[in-house]
Amino acid sequence: MTHPTVSLRLYLGIFAALILLTGLTVGVAFFDLGGGRLHAVNAAAAITIALVKALLVILYFMHVRYSSRLIWIFVGAGGFWLLILFVLTLADYLGRGLFPLPLPWNP
Amino acid sequence: MVEHASQVAHQFEDATQQYEASTLGMWAFLLTEIMFFGGLFAGFFVYILGHAQAFAEGSRHLDLTLGTVNTVVLLGSSLTMALAVRSAQQGNRNGQLLFLGLTVILGSLFLGIKGLEYVHKFEQHLVPGPSFGLAGPHAQSAQLFFSFYFAMTGVHALHMIVGIGLLAWLFVNAWRGKYTEAYFTPVEVSGLYWHFVDVVWIFLFPTLYLVARHG
Repeated sequence: MTHPTVSLRLYLGIFAALILLTGLTVGVAFFDLGGGRLHAVNAAAAITIALVKALLVILYFMHVRYSSRLIWIFVGAGGFWLLILFVLTLADYLGRGLFPLPLPWNP
Repeated sequence: MVEHASQVAHQFEDATQQYEASTLGMWAFLLTEIMFFGGLFAGFFVYILGHAQAFAEGSRHLDLTLGTVNTVVLLGSSLTMALAVRSAQQGNRNGQLLFLGLTVILGSLFLGIKGLEYVHKFEQHLVPGPSFGLAGPHAQSAQLFFSFYFAMTGVHALHMIVGIGLLAWLFVNAWRGKYTEAYFTPVEVSGLYWHFVDVVWIFLFPTLYLVARHG
């Protein structure tokens, strides 16, 4: 089945949330939340907010919430493969100690 | 769903099956796009680990105001695209024309602002190459940041141009009253593409503009 018609109210609500989150991520960027040379806490905050925004767009604007299980599996596979790309790549670079991270055991 | 014989290709049982196949096909394409942009992001993350200070310095040379305005513009275009799909689903021709038109305008505005930023980067000698003007200990590595900046935003802008082409094609068909409650698959599928390009920007914006903004 095709998805049901989403109400105008819900679309506007999602848009308002996206704009608020954009303001939040820009505002947060001006404060040093810590995390050393790589600004890890700031980066984590920015990525978390981006993930929430992306989920709102994917679930509501792209109608995944109202789609079949098959679409859910496809979207999930996309996220999973992306995770493989990031985790294995970074595990390799970090595991070789090419970039000394500001960790307690690194001088 | 009402069958609309003229718009159902012969390999499909009915319009619903065609709709589901088209949607799934677009998602399969978008998965390849995720991996395409994912490679650029993975490269960026690897290099920022090795050149943290240079990337932070490069990021501070981006125009945060224009970047934020562009984010709002693109999110707005996603809203109007969603409303265009909604209008198509309701068989509302005027709504389709209004919202498809607005989406084209907002998408073009995004590209215009992006172009303005590019011009500023050329004027400020922040384009990697022989005339790169940033001095200091991180000058070499900062060129890497701007290479990523131009590659990632450039490829994203290319996707926007393709998207605007799709929207123009939808607009012409909507003008001819082709999309109704029974058949709006092209609007839905093009909408998926447009929203995907929006999602890419949702990640590009903090990655490029907000890295170490405070520092």
